[in-house]
Amino acid sequence: MAVTKVKKLKRREFLQKGALVVAGAAAFASGVTVVVGAEEWTAGLKTLNTHQGQTLLAMSRQMFPHPQLDDSYYIKVVQDLDTDAGTKTETAKLLHEGVARLDGVKRAKFVTLPPTAQIAVLKEIDRTDFFTKVRNSELVSLYNNHDVWKKLGYPGASYSIGGYLHHGFNDLNWLPDPPESASPKPA
Amino acid sequence: MRRRCGHQPAGPARIKRKNVAQYGYNDDSVVVIVGSGAGGGTLANELCQKGLKVVLLEAGAAQSPATFRNDEWFAFNQLAWLDKRTTSGSWRVARDFPNLPAWTCKTLGGTTVHWAGASLRFQEHEFKARTVYSNVLGANLLDWPVTLEELHPYYAKAEDKLGVTRTNDIPGLPGNNNFKVMYNGATRAGYKTVHTGRMAINSRARDDRSACWQLGFCFQGCKSGAKWSTLYAEIPKAQETGRLDLRTQSQVLQVQHDKNAKVNSVLYADKDGKQIRQRARVVCLACNSIETARLLLNSHSSAFPQGLANSSGEVGKNYMRHTTGSVFGIFKRSVHMYRGTVMAGIIQDEAGLNTKRGFTGGFEMETISLGLPFAAAFLSPGAWGRDYARLLEQYNKMAGLWIVGEDMPQSRNAVTLHPTELDQFGLPIPNVHYDDHANDLAMRKYAYHRGAAVYDAVGAVETVEVPPYPSTHNMGTCRMSANARDGVCNKWGQTHDIKNLFISDGSQFTTSGAENPTLTIVTLAIRQAEYIASESSRHNI
Repeated sequence: MAVTKVKKLKRREFLQKGALVVAGAAAFASGVTVVVGAEEWTAGLKTLNTHQGQTLLAMSRQMFPHPQLDDSYYIKVVQDLDTDAGTKTETAKLLHEGVARLDGVKRAKFVTLPPTAQIAVLKEIDRTDFFTKVRNSELVSLYNNHDVWKKLGYPGASYSIGGYLHHGFNDLNWLPDPPESASPKPA
Repeated sequence: MRRRCGHQPAGPARIKRKNVAQYGYNDDSVVVIVGSGAGGGTLANELCQKGLKVVLLEAGAAQSPATFRNDEWFAFNQLAWLDKRTTSGSWRVARDFPNLPAWTCKTLGGTTVHWAGASLRFQEHEFKARTVYSNVLGANLLDWPVTLEELHPYYAKAEDKLGVTRTNDIPGLPGNNNFKVMYNGATRAGYKTVHTGRMAINSRARDDRSACWQLGFCFQGCKSGAKWSTLYAEIPKAQETGRLDLRTQSQVLQVQHDKNAKVNSVLYADKDGKQIRQRARVVCLACNSIETARLLLNSHSSAFPQGLANSSGEVGKNYMRHTTGSVFGIFKRSVHMYRGTVMAGIIQDEAGLNTKRGFTGGFEMETISLGLPFAAAFLSPGAWGRDYARLLEQYNKMAGLWIVGEDMPQSRNAVTLHPTELDQFGLPIPNVHYDDHANDLAMRKYAYHRGAAVYDAVGAVETVEVPPYPSTHNMGTCRMSANARDGVCNKWGQTHDIKNLFISDGSQFTTSGAENPTLTIVTLAIRQAEYIASESSRHNI
């Protein structure tokens, strides 16, 4: 009963591996298509200034970096944080102080650091309330974005098509079908 | 573009309004039931059918299949119990979800709105945990004051009520892609009892509910109405009797008693926050294990300074949540696990009594799927970076299973009142303390390996061990006991201290068994209704 392929996603291991992998991912991070100019999108922020917006954008990219997603998806993460900060002073304070902290870890502004150094900075602060706030907010802003669903192959609601009963709920064909005693045919 | 398949979703719309009862606040002939889920909703219907007058108080609002949405975050905010709670203890939930120890519901129908539908009877030995498991160090084990034999006829009624597949000549559900992976992996790994489960989801139209559409959103409220829920199964039937006075958005704050140590009323806040006192002949609590215990503790008085029905000191203690965890396998080819029922199949070979595995008790393995938003939130809480993003990019190639195992009751695992934090009504919020028992840890470790073996047997590229989600199975905080000093209620759910006060939900469980609790909660509610009706007619309560 030897299990050799079990891969535990324990946090610490995960971060160590993450750092290694992301070093190789710098190529895509720098090759990202920026859909709008920085001035253009940060001008729409209500609570955050341009520098804070750009810093949080860079942080959001390093948090959940997907090569197939351009900056527009991550800009939405920052816009949602900005909206939240507009109604909650607690959020505004966390973000203001958090950005300052990101800039203070190394001797250069966070946005100017190469990706590997950005990862290193984030690892140093990943137990702070600021980091948790950005992560939890991004989890929803990014992975509840229907355009991201399309990119990652998740269709969302199925009620409008009447569910999957006639739309491939059992169409997997790379394994044999179970016997009817285990899995009866649909009525 | 909306396409209708088969039956229209059943729902509260079919209630005949003229039959809706309205009892006065001072009517002390009514049975007040607090909570409308598997326990309370079932009990309300059963009592109404027997001719009793029932006031059903539900803290949440009424939704329906028409208002449910196939959207994980929307549904979570629409249905979940989000009042603040705190956590403590060594369980990982306290770290990952410090203010969300449990994923239960605050909505009409309670957690039967979001349950997955798995409906398994307990095994005989699980009612005798203390005798069979003997003295497990640090565990506060006790035998149930009832046996499987006594419950069999009520289990049969519950299975018929819920329309459980593979009972009553109801065929099993067809397996989806997630099940195909489980079945092939499990049988190649040597497991024998693998099938699409005993599910309270219609495989064909039955009892005014349609057959399953394989929507894939069981947790978000079933829009086809194929899954049994008290929301559209029990409660409308109770209303049709003309004996049910249903009050939603009515959160009970306190149970009150008279000088003779009998309960006589409940105090609740209506949707506008107005506090109302409803008198009662009998009070039944079915608020899920955290809130039932909290309500008793918050109902302390000069006569009952430790809380109501708490002469044993056991109210809130022995909190159980099942030993859980998930394993996801990632494959080279597509699975699309999100298509179709969430719990699409089960492996039962590990559920039995077998101490050779290094722990006592057993566990079930049941398929599970998450939509992309919840996969991101739950697959590895706290994780970030390219490795995690890459994992999520494999979303379509994942198959998943959930481990449900018996956990050990421990005295210190408890729901207690927070010493300082108060809710919107000025009452202490609950803290939920849970330390994993060594037996729980050993079982989880073994189950992770077995789950991985299932997926490895069909060529998983990698397998991921996912830590427990906030608890969906909450049990044991007002446990049944033969002796009044060991627990809170007797074999009927009647509290040892107060004879017209009943516990009607999973709080009654003496031990957790390895089975999803809903079927047993419904079974106990059917049986309790007979007892309450009988004792009422004899004027014993």
